[in-house]
This record gives sequence, structure tokens and C-alpha cells, in this order.
Amino acid sequence: MSLLEIENLSVTFQTGDGPVNAVNGVSLGIDKGETLAIVGESGSGKSQTAFAAMGLLAQNGKATGQVRYDGRNLLELPQKALNKIRSQEIAMIFQDPMTSLNPYMRISDQMAEVLMLHKGMSKRDAVSEAAKMLDAVRIPDAKARVTMYPHEFSGGMRQRIMIAMALLCKPRLLIADEPTTALDVTVQAQIMQLLGEIRYEFGTAIILITHDLGIVAGFCDRTLVMYGGQIMEEGATRDVFAAPSHPYTLGLLKAVPRLDRDDSELATIAGEPPDMSKLPKGCPFSQRCEFVLDKCPSVRPALETFGDDRRRACHVPVPEVTP
Amino acid sequence: MLSYIIRRLFVAIPTLLVLIIISFMLMFAAPGGPFTSERALPQAVMDNINARYGLDQPYWKQMFDYVANIVLHFDFGPSFQYRDRTVNDVIAQGFPVTLTYGFWSFVVAILAGVSLGVAAAIRHNTWLDYLAVGVSIGAQVLPNFVMAPILLLVFTLWLGWLPGGGWNGGQWQYIVMPVIALSTSYMASIARITRSSMLEVLNSGFIRTARAKGLPTSRIIFQHALKPALLPVLSYLGPAFVAMITGSVVVDVYFSTGGIGQFFVNSAFNRDYSVIMGITILVGALTILFNLLVDIAYAWIDPKIRY
Repeated sequence: MSLLEIENLSVTFQTGDGPVNAVNGVSLGIDKGETLAIVGESGSGKSQTAFAAMGLLAQNGKATGQVRYDGRNLLELPQKALNKIRSQEIAMIFQDPMTSLNPYMRISDQMAEVLMLHKGMSKRDAVSEAAKMLDAVRIPDAKARVTMYPHEFSGGMRQRIMIAMALLCKPRLLIADEPTTALDVTVQAQIMQLLGEIRYEFGTAIILITHDLGIVAGFCDRTLVMYGGQIMEEGATRDVFAAPSHPYTLGLLKAVPRLDRDDSELATIAGEPPDMSKLPKGCPFSQRCEFVLDKCPSVRPALETFGDDRRRACHVPVPEVTP
Repeated sequence: MLSYIIRRLFVAIPTLLVLIIISFMLMFAAPGGPFTSERALPQAVMDNINARYGLDQPYWKQMFDYVANIVLHFDFGPSFQYRDRTVNDVIAQGFPVTLTYGFWSFVVAILAGVSLGVAAAIRHNTWLDYLAVGVSIGAQVLPNFVMAPILLLVFTLWLGWLPGGGWNGGQWQYIVMPVIALSTSYMASIARITRSSMLEVLNSGFIRTARAKGLPTSRIIFQHALKPALLPVLSYLGPAFVAMITGSVVVDVYFSTGGIGQFFVNSAFNRDYSVIMGITILVGALTILFNLLVDIAYAWIDPKIRY
């Protein structure tokens, strides 16, 4: 029984230039305590999938399909009921810790309001609980610093605060949307280590949205690769990395810079990410794919199960997808 | 903070001096004088009057005496037009009136403007938004010299609800129409500024965080979004308040309220030098004061601003 199950989720934005289909029929599930990576380049629809699940789409966005949690479809839940799930059951942290904390409010107020709202705590208890949580994410001198404003902390510290705030109600699922993208490499490593500890300490399931394959390799049980708002392939992380079954995954893995090989030039995937308002009828990756077949641009490959609990959407047979 | 305020008040002194010098120069650069009339007076009489008001002195001496009188005695001199009255008397009579309806206009403009702007932003692209935008654009293009006679027509002549003019010690019936006439266009500007900055704030990352935390919409708007959304409004309010309590000539003329707006314009027509100077300095001092208040309010709202 999955903790969260997304079925046939599509997201469309109405823009001045017509509708843009950011997510096209995505289905995925995550179990209790599991870590799932959603990988893809910018504009692949990975963040919008998460926003849609949490009801956080921009005003011009509309989600269809199902997001099932505890037997309820979150997409059809009234605001009030959804607010009970947010933060208490499913919490989220965002890409840019510089802008995702309110610069005009003290950290104590921003954290305490979560506990006061969801747990009915008094202000005093809530603030001391918030300080404890800051201590848990290793903010030095948390008791004194809890009353500070966001601008008095560094970027890495602010992301720790975001994580602490997300964990206040001990949610069962944490969605981390590119949590390290805006941070320096050394700080990235610290944040990932923190997320790893949280998983063991609280048993929180984590959906990690990222474009950084290096992070995924050491952290996630399963990996899901997205492109053009669709799932390209999915499987246990070690399987996907060891034997990618999709040309896009293969391209991504080849494009990871490596220090242990003497390559003079970094491999890239030729071409540009697709224009989401004019997706081809078939496979969205067909324009850039080096294995492309005649039918690829016109016939959309179905997401098929194969091998050891893996899924892929590609017309090219698995053995042929090799470097 | 306190040292900052004291520093700002010290800087105000040279600012006011520069204001006085420039106003003095402009005033004397304009041809004519307070006692020029179509039928020229005999030279002996003119000399007499000029000596009485110190106009026979060189300009720099007049200016120096003027400033010295203000600094030493807080005396802005006698009015050239209203015999037996000093500028202090004129301002003491007119300013409380102006301040009263100016203050209420300010309050009405902020309350109505901010509510309208917030409502429009929350209901972005719905009929409420279009209505609010329509009302505020309508209110802004309707000048108060058009607004005032319409109000008089409707509420005094047709409905007979409100007195058509006068002040009567500032009873509320006499304040209502001046306040509506004066506040409408400011209310409209505040509504439009609030709406656009609120829309921007509602799209920011920390509002998304607040939604992800499961906060109810009312708390998101009032606790998280309103403060930052009001920052641009705040910088508009300082000059707007000064304009409201001084730029009220139209109100004074249409409703015969007797505020300083009317005195200011009349003094300019009559070359009533001392009244012109007195009111100019008053407006200048108020402008400096309210810009300081706005800066203090900024520090109170935005924790990143510290003096």
C-alpha cells in the first residue's frame, strides 16, 4: 500500500500564448519511509508534479487526474481539508531558501504558527518546540537565534530552517524541491546529510526533486526520470544507474562530469528541451534521441513494466540502448 | 534609531533655510508688490508704507531680519493684506481646519484604498477585481474641482442631507463632503498601488511556503502578505499626506471651509509676501517631518532596514 499515489496527473497552464502542458499523464507511487528521486532537466515538469499534488499551482494552472493520500483524492479536497494535510502529513521544502522564508517575520513566528495552527499549542510552547527543532537540524545557539529574522542567516542555514519548519509536525512525507540547487557544493553535502539523518530518525518518506544525478546516486531508493512532462523511466536507483533503459537517461548519465576519466570534453545531449506548448504527438524526446525510430515522433510509447520492477516508455528495445 | 532621528532633524534646518532663501528670491523676482495698484500712490505714501513693512531695506537685510524674527521670536511677521493680523494669526486660524479635514481624508483614503486594493488582488481577474480597478481609475480621473460641485449638487441641492458649505467649528456634517472630495483620488492611487504590490507579493516564494504550511487564506493575507505589500504604499503616503493637508484650495473654495489653502492662493495673488513665506515654510516643514515618519515606519515594517 503506497503512502502517496499519483495517477494520470496532468497539469495545464493557461497562458497568453495558449495552453502549456507542463505535466502529461504522470503516474507514480511512494511507500512509507521510501526515498524517491524525480530527475529531469529544467522544464521537465518535475516541480509542477509536486506543486499539483500539494495544491500549490499558480492561479492559471489546472491539474487533472488523481493524487491519492489516505484514500482521498487531494485534487478534489476542499481547501480546509487540504490545509489539514499540508505540513501535518505532507510537508514541502523549496529550491531557493533566500525567498521561501518570509523576510518580514521572525523565524520564531513563522515556525510557531505551524504548531499553533495544527497542534493547538500555545505560543510559548510552540516557540520552544521550534527552538528544539532548530537544534535538531544543527543551527548553533538555536534558543537565542530562533527570534532572528531570515536575513540574519546564511543560505545553508536558511535551508536548515526550512527543513526544521517542514518537520515540526512530523509529516509522513517530505517533498524536497531542488533543496540544494541554490547552495554551494559543501553546503549541499551538509543538507543532503541532514535529509539522510531525518529519514532514519523520523522515518519520513522523501520525494527528492533534482537535476543533480550525483545527489540521487547516494541518497534515493528509487529514481524516476522525467522529460517533457512525462515519465521516461523508473526503477531502483542502482539499476537505473547501472543499466539505463531509456536513451534520455543514458544521455543524462553520460553528461555527468567525471574526474576519474581523462575526457577532454563533457558529453552533452544535443538539441534543446522541448517547447511545452508544442509537444510532438509521439515521444517528447524523439527530436533529440540518437536511437530515434520512424514511429517515435508520431506514436507516444506506453509506460511499460519490465525487468525487476522497472518501468520505461520507449520504442527502442532495451538491449539496443547502450553507450 | 534615536540618534538617527535627531540627525535627520538637524539636517532639516539647512534644508528649511535653503527653502526660505529660494522662496524669497522667487517672490521678489516676480514683478509688482503688495501695494502696487492701478492708480499709483504718491511717492511719499509709498515710501511710508515701504518703511513700515521694511520693504525699503536691501533684500538680504529683509531676508536676514525675517529669518532672525522666526528663530528668535517664532514671529512670521505681519500680513501685508489683512491689516492688524500677523501670519501667525492667519495660520492659527486656517491650519486647524485644514488639518482636521486633511487628517480624515488621509484616514479614509488609506482604509478604503488598502481594502479595495487587497480585495482586488485576492480576487484577481474576477468581477470584483475589474470593479475595483474600474472604480479606482474612475476616481482618479475625476478631479476634485469636478467632484466637489457634483457632491454639492447631490447632497445639498437634491437630497438636502448636508450643509452646502462653512465649517461651524468642525461639526461632522460640514466635514463629510470636503473629506470625500479630497480623499477620492488619493484613495484610488492607494488602491492601485496596493493591488499591484499585493499581486506581486502573493506570487512570491514565501507565500507559497505559507500555503504549503496549511495556513488559512486569511492568515496568509494579513499575517504574511499585507506588510510587504504596504511598503510601496508607505512611500506614497508621506507626500500624499502633505498634499492633502495643504493642497486643499479647491475644497476651501467650494465648501468655504476657511482652511489655509485659500489663504495661500489669495496671498499669492495679492503678493502678501509674509503669508506666502509662512505657509511655504509650514508646508516645507511638514514635508520634511512626514518623510522622516515614513522612513521610521519603513524600519518598523522591514527588519532589514536599521538606522
